[in-house]
Amino acid sequence: MSTIRVIEVKQSIFADNDKTAAAMRQELKERGIYLLNLMSSPGSGKTTTLKRTIAALKDEYKIGVMEADIDSDVDALAISETGAKAIQLHTMGMCHMDAAMTRQGFDQLIDNEIELAILENIGNLVCPAEFDTGAVKNAMILSVPEGHDKPLKYPLMFQVCDVVLINKMDVLPVFDFDLEKCTEYIHMRNPNAVVIPICAKTGEGMDAWYDWLRDQIKEWRS
Amino acid sequence: MHELGVVFHIIDSIEEVAKENEVSHVSKVVLEVGEVSAIVNDYLEDCWNWAVKKHPIMTDCKLEIRDIPAITFCEDCKQTYETVKYGKTCPYCQSGHTYLVQGNEANIKEIEVE
Repeated sequence: MSTIRVIEVKQSIFADNDKTAAAMRQELKERGIYLLNLMSSPGSGKTTTLKRTIAALKDEYKIGVMEADIDSDVDALAISETGAKAIQLHTMGMCHMDAAMTRQGFDQLIDNEIELAILENIGNLVCPAEFDTGAVKNAMILSVPEGHDKPLKYPLMFQVCDVVLINKMDVLPVFDFDLEKCTEYIHMRNPNAVVIPICAKTGEGMDAWYDWLRDQIKEWRS
Repeated sequence: MHELGVVFHIIDSIEEVAKENEVSHVSKVVLEVGEVSAIVNDYLEDCWNWAVKKHPIMTDCKLEIRDIPAITFCEDCKQTYETVKYGKTCPYCQSGHTYLVQGNEANIKEIEVE
């Protein structure tokens, strides 16, 4: 007859994910690759922002993009038109990317030339915030039509992000979006978050975003 | 919907613990889940029952979830209050200088093995 015994585990559910993520960051540091995890709601303009960013920075850095979606390859096709290396990852129904999934994609994406890698996470303000992907930094896009109260409704997302891009500034006049209030709410959740208003369609404000990225990459590779 | 991902992480961790301890079967897993951990217990249980069937070492493994209430501390008036009811703003002095003391836990506490 088998005997039952109890083993004390006492570890976070996310412990194995955190371990994989930390190992990934260590390797990125050693190889001098900057990996950014880009998150947002669906339709906030992640792909448009990326396309313009690639066009602006492709002569400075060799760029690779991992497009994570539940299904389809429309985003990877859009990105590959820019000339950047793009791969499509399917999460098979899952609402977020974790460190092991990012690792798999990263191994496919990376050749020895990539200097800036970007993970376009699943469009969702809840689950992606829960999982460390192993990226160097987290960025998110909040678009004007979504409303300035989003930092209050999705606190964890804003807490884990190092930079928040406020996109679609061109439509500000037709929405009741209070940029000052939004910045205040973001800083309530994360006093260190950098807030950059942009319009990925017209290019307004994008220079500040490129400078943020350049500084980040320089610091990471030094 | 991220409960399925959470379940996969739990199973990976437990398989590792089971291997280290030369365990043949895991019959029960005890979790501590905070009230504001963004984990929905019912979904977690459904995902659990589906996922353990695919892992021979954990077939019919029971899941026990112990809830941890969320409590926030106010740095200005030094009182604690229920997070879910009042959020980030202290109900006693209306200060926003508050932080969560407990309630975002997502821990594997212990496992019962054979």
